[in-house]
Amino acid sequence: MTLKTFKGGVHPGDYKSATEGKPSVAAKPPAVAMIPLSQHSGAPCEPLVAVGDLVKKGQKIGDSDASISAPVHASISGKVIKIGTCRSSQGRTVNAVFIENDFQETWHEDVKPNPNWEQLSAEEIVKIVREAGIVGMGGAAFPTHYKLVPPADEPIKYVIVNGAECEPYLTCDHRVMLERPDDLVLGVKLVMKAVKAEKALIGIEDNKPDAIAAVTKAAANEPNIEVHALHTKYPQGSGKQLNTVLTGMEVPSGCQSSAVGCLVQNVTTCIAVADAVCFGVPSIERIVTITGSGIKEPKNLLVRVGTPIEELIEECGGFTDDVRKLILGGPMMGPALPGPEDLPVTKGTCGILCMTEAEVKEYEIQPCIKCGKCVEVCPMNLMPLFLASAVEHNMYDKAEAYHAVDCIECGCCSYICPAKRPLTQWIGMAKAEIKAAKRRAAAAK
Amino acid sequence: MERKFVVSSSPHLRTDETIKSVMIDVLVALTPAAIAAVIFFGYRALITMVITTFSAMLTEAIILRNKNIFGDGSAAVTGLLLAMTLPPAPPWWLCVVGAVVAIVLGKQVYGGIGSNIFNPALVARAVLMVSWAGHMTSWISPVDLTSTATPLVSSNAPGFLQLFTGATGGCLGETSAFALLFGAVWLFYKGHINWRIPGGYLGVVFLLGLALDGGLTGGLFHILSGGVMLGALFMATDMVTSPVTTRGQLFFGIGCGLITMLIRFYGNYPEGVTYAILLMNALTPLIDNLTLPRKYGEVAK
Ligand code: SF4
Ligand code: SF4
Repeated sequence: MTLKTFKGGVHPGDYKSATEGKPSVAAKPPAVAMIPLSQHSGAPCEPLVAVGDLVKKGQKIGDSDASISAPVHASISGKVIKIGTCRSSQGRTVNAVFIENDFQETWHEDVKPNPNWEQLSAEEIVKIVREAGIVGMGGAAFPTHYKLVPPADEPIKYVIVNGAECEPYLTCDHRVMLERPDDLVLGVKLVMKAVKAEKALIGIEDNKPDAIAAVTKAAANEPNIEVHALHTKYPQGSGKQLNTVLTGMEVPSGCQSSAVGCLVQNVTTCIAVADAVCFGVPSIERIVTITGSGIKEPKNLLVRVGTPIEELIEECGGFTDDVRKLILGGPMMGPALPGPEDLPVTKGTCGILCMTEAEVKEYEIQPCIKCGKCVEVCPMNLMPLFLASAVEHNMYDKAEAYHAVDCIECGCCSYICPAKRPLTQWIGMAKAEIKAAKRRAAAAK
Repeated sequence: MERKFVVSSSPHLRTDETIKSVMIDVLVALTPAAIAAVIFFGYRALITMVITTFSAMLTEAIILRNKNIFGDGSAAVTGLLLAMTLPPAPPWWLCVVGAVVAIVLGKQVYGGIGSNIFNPALVARAVLMVSWAGHMTSWISPVDLTSTATPLVSSNAPGFLQLFTGATGGCLGETSAFALLFGAVWLFYKGHINWRIPGGYLGVVFLLGLALDGGLTGGLFHILSGGVMLGALFMATDMVTSPVTTRGQLFFGIGCGLITMLIRFYGNYPEGVTYAILLMNALTPLIDNLTLPRKYGEVAK
């Protein structure tokens, strides 16, 4: 059988062996949790608590009226000591609630199992998902409840479940599929029910045969849930590419998956849905892969949201002496950080990657030799070399004509370029510039 | 301990491949043909290759004020490719002039690597052909090292085995189709070239030879003789001067084949490879823009 895959893409090597065989272990709960009020794409939350308040684990501490937003919850029990700021992965400063841990682990009264979960209606499931603050846990952190209510004219037929985990180094989705396959299937069924989908297609790359086996077994009695092994290639886990791999349909330019009747959800997000609907547990915990040659003991840790990243580094034995780069997420798309300070784990944190001096290479940017390799690997079929040279010459209208806005910033073109041109970065700049120009034009009207 | 973290844009993984490593791969791929040339034409072929390659590297290093004469390796590739298109034993000054022309007029006047429109080695060959036609066509027979004609102008054409393995008169690098193919396998394996340009080129030459010049023997004769094999595998596939789109590469190869055969059948030169590729080089930007891939999710209009 030929395994399914998509056109383009690269094989950067998987670097997963350091952690893929390590079961996730609970990290020490933090002494002080800093819980950002904005951990998702969309409007930030307003705090619902004040300094001095006592809060319990699972208590909602921030919310917003905006439709694209997700509430945040206390991940420990204790006392609110400060409403301040911390850093976000994007380097912004965001408001955060600081809770001092009383180490009692007292659950909030609202957190209780729901014995009647099987009778819940689609609307009720969506409401629970919203109240639980669930966002896309593969990194994008888009509020899940919003995706569960597709536009009326775009009914959902397929739920696409993303277990590809195509980013090198990361193993958190792999572990969650191995450790909780039944809950995954449960979560998938709930998502299907919420959007009234006919079928769910779970895609897992073939470098995780044990996860494929575990999930296939868990879904054995579910005729409407199919598990597909995918030929390992980056960026398989990109929503658009996975959609095409599993359904053969392309998501039209400028549209969401719902335009072709699909909803893409990450495996960890599905499990969070099961936790919320069946057990009443909001999104306060997740598995984070801490790995790379720059950390002494790579691990998969089950971490409370709000745990300072510095504490996780310590729990993994600390940095090695030659650590030079700290990346939040995977090496292909994750941002590099100036340091671990003031930075908490959020719902979207899938990994922390530490690279060493020897691995951090700085390249001289050379002229394009028109080898065409970037064209060959671009999963969106763009012309990265033309886009980049347009940006180099400040010709943003030309970049727009070459469809800069369709770039998914997967990094394949920069990865492959022998001239070491920062193609992805430049195209990203063009995207930002084009969007800003549109906004300016709209404001001028 | 105070730590400094490097902040740079993603992706944080890059291939080990560099321009230099690509150029070294091309040199490796040319090695079998170079060895074949020495076997068939003797030490004089070696001297030709050394002079041309070294002059090209030196010219580039002087222009770029590079202390390292090898630089990114592209000048060495240009020099060696040029040697492949020369007669086995031209005067030494012809090699030097050719190399300087290739680097200066073929490449640096456009702004250096990546910016040139025409294949630098072929630009130089074209200039030499026009200026010193006599020297450029003084073929020697690899068998007894006496003067001979290239099979394209000779009436008693050599057998195919001879054409395929080498041992025919002609340019230094044209002599053995087998050695060229063998070397090109490395470029295929490394992913630096794909089947489209050589396939389109050789396919058209073969088919036209088959249809218009004596059937199967004619077809085989046309792809094995003259510079077609060298041109299709190493000259037309030059990254800088050939299209980057997949469809464009196929059209480019087909175009090279068509023009080569037009010149062979109707032109004044017995050999059309050089001018065919140079002409198609000029069309490359146009071809690229006319063959842009259909982007993912493009909405039908
Ligand atoms: S991969 Fe780099 S050198 Fe090759 S065509 Fe693209 S931009 Fe140019
Ligand atoms: S142009 Fe954008 S989508 Fe295409 S390979 Fe580069 S980063 Fe990925």
